[in-house]
Amino acid sequence: MSIDAATVRHIARLARLAVGENELAPIAGELSRVLDLADQLGAAQIDGVAPLAHPHEQTLAWRPDAVTEPDLADAFLALAPDARGGLYLVPKVLE
Amino acid sequence: MSLSITQLAQALRERKTSATELTRQALAAAKNRADLNALITLDETGALAAAERADTALKKSPASALAGIPFAHKDIFCTNGLRTTCASRMLDNFVPPYDATVVDKLAAAQAVAIGKANMDEFAMGSSNENSFYGPVKNPWDTARVPGGSSGGSAALVAAGIVPFATGTDTGGSIRQPAAFCGITGLKPTYGRVSRFGMIAFASSLDTASVLARSAEDCAQVLAAMAGHDGRDATSADRAVDDYLAALAKPLQGLRIGVAREYFGAGIDAGVGAAVQAALKQYEKLGATLVDVSLPNAALAIPAYYVIAPAEASSNLARYDGVRYGYAAKEPKSLEDLYTRTRAEGFGAEVKRRILVGTYALSAGYYDAYYLRAQRVRRLIANDFAEAFKTVDLIAGPTTPTVAFKLGEKNSDPLAMYAEDVNTVAVNLAGLPAISLPAGFSEKLPVGLQLIAPAFEEARLLNAAHQFQLASDWHAHKPEGVA
Repeated sequence: MSIDAATVRHIARLARLAVGENELAPIAGELSRVLDLADQLGAAQIDGVAPLAHPHEQTLAWRPDAVTEPDLADAFLALAPDARGGLYLVPKVLE
Repeated sequence: MSLSITQLAQALRERKTSATELTRQALAAAKNRADLNALITLDETGALAAAERADTALKKSPASALAGIPFAHKDIFCTNGLRTTCASRMLDNFVPPYDATVVDKLAAAQAVAIGKANMDEFAMGSSNENSFYGPVKNPWDTARVPGGSSGGSAALVAAGIVPFATGTDTGGSIRQPAAFCGITGLKPTYGRVSRFGMIAFASSLDTASVLARSAEDCAQVLAAMAGHDGRDATSADRAVDDYLAALAKPLQGLRIGVAREYFGAGIDAGVGAAVQAALKQYEKLGATLVDVSLPNAALAIPAYYVIAPAEASSNLARYDGVRYGYAAKEPKSLEDLYTRTRAEGFGAEVKRRILVGTYALSAGYYDAYYLRAQRVRRLIANDFAEAFKTVDLIAGPTTPTVAFKLGEKNSDPLAMYAEDVNTVAVNLAGLPAISLPAGFSEKLPVGLQLIAPAFEEARLLNAAHQFQLASDWHAHKPEGVA
């Protein structure tokens, strides 16, 4: 699968990764090679084979709806570049 | 530190040494081998305090088998109050306010962590060249890679700095460095060891375990790490086998499947010969070799390099510059904060996988890539299930070659991915596997991989231990290592 610079720009936008205009072409070349590898999956006989998302096909266990973790809110907020009054602060979204 | 964990524990009990003395030795050895670049953080103060606690515990019997034994954690496990970087600029300043379950468990066993081992960034890599902190060197030849992603852990053990180290294995990240560094590395069944507090890469593939010099040492450590954990929803709720008790069982009647696909093109002749010789040794020990086939083996790399990046792109979405870790300076908008934080905080291979994964999950391509890879994943799991109807273990070389030179493959992602040809299928199927030293090629260690059905870690450790009783490949050390 060969992808072009416009596709890289689109994926990078979805992945929230800043990619410079001059990086688009080399990245497109690299990703095309990785996708060529992925395209080998086309040879597989998968008719009627159900997808396997998880090795042991576990179902999630039930547990009592009770608080089991300590309250570390302040410790977590202290890691943020900018937090005040129990809130994470980000650049203004609405003018 | 050339003694085994069992021997060190004995010496500690007989007061021939102390946890503090062993810890001082390990810290000195780590500093002495700074050239290996195997540690990101050396925690002298924490280690000496833990050693003192272990010495107190050792005075009261019975102490845990690991009490007072120095070791290192791969820098992917969160350590309360101690920087945890995952070898990424993104987490260069991250000091977690809690411990991973693996960290908790080894601390409860009074083992003494000396620091945090170097690794490929976010565990993505097969050479340890993708670390923000620079590559790790292989103690057998410092011009060569130690393998990855648990390269720091493997180098520390191979260089005799610590008797064991923790590691993680998503596609071979314990087994491949164990093979390249001439040590023993166990990848457990998915769900056998808790993932809580282990920084996520690909959540349906990630496993945590141990690298050590012998299967017996691996058994000691796995016994302390394994078990159900309510804080990991995918943790297996089943009893942990007695790994140590299982070691002594003779191998008479053991059926070892020799997977012909694992000896295919691309496997170096010297590696293949060493592994075949090791299999002959297994026959002498009473095992029967059976030819088996894993028909979809060639699809494991393409399936893995869709599924792992897809899961990574989702897991790594959390690094946004808002809550913790690196944040781009003077963002002009929220979008600018996100995109520049991620562009500046992640290295090239991590970005590549995020982009591949995002593509494979995106509208219009999901069915052709991600869903197709998951169907192939079932074929691969079915191949193992079919083979295990007639054999107890499956064997082959852990890696196609011995340790390669620094810089030899890191400019070509596909050449690097090809390194994982014999290891990734095991993760896709969620099975346990071990790599143990099986000889040398070009004066460098060769690893034999044994794969077992789910939750049969005891069988793997038994088979590896019996081989190590009858051979001394695991006892070889790089020149200059005491």
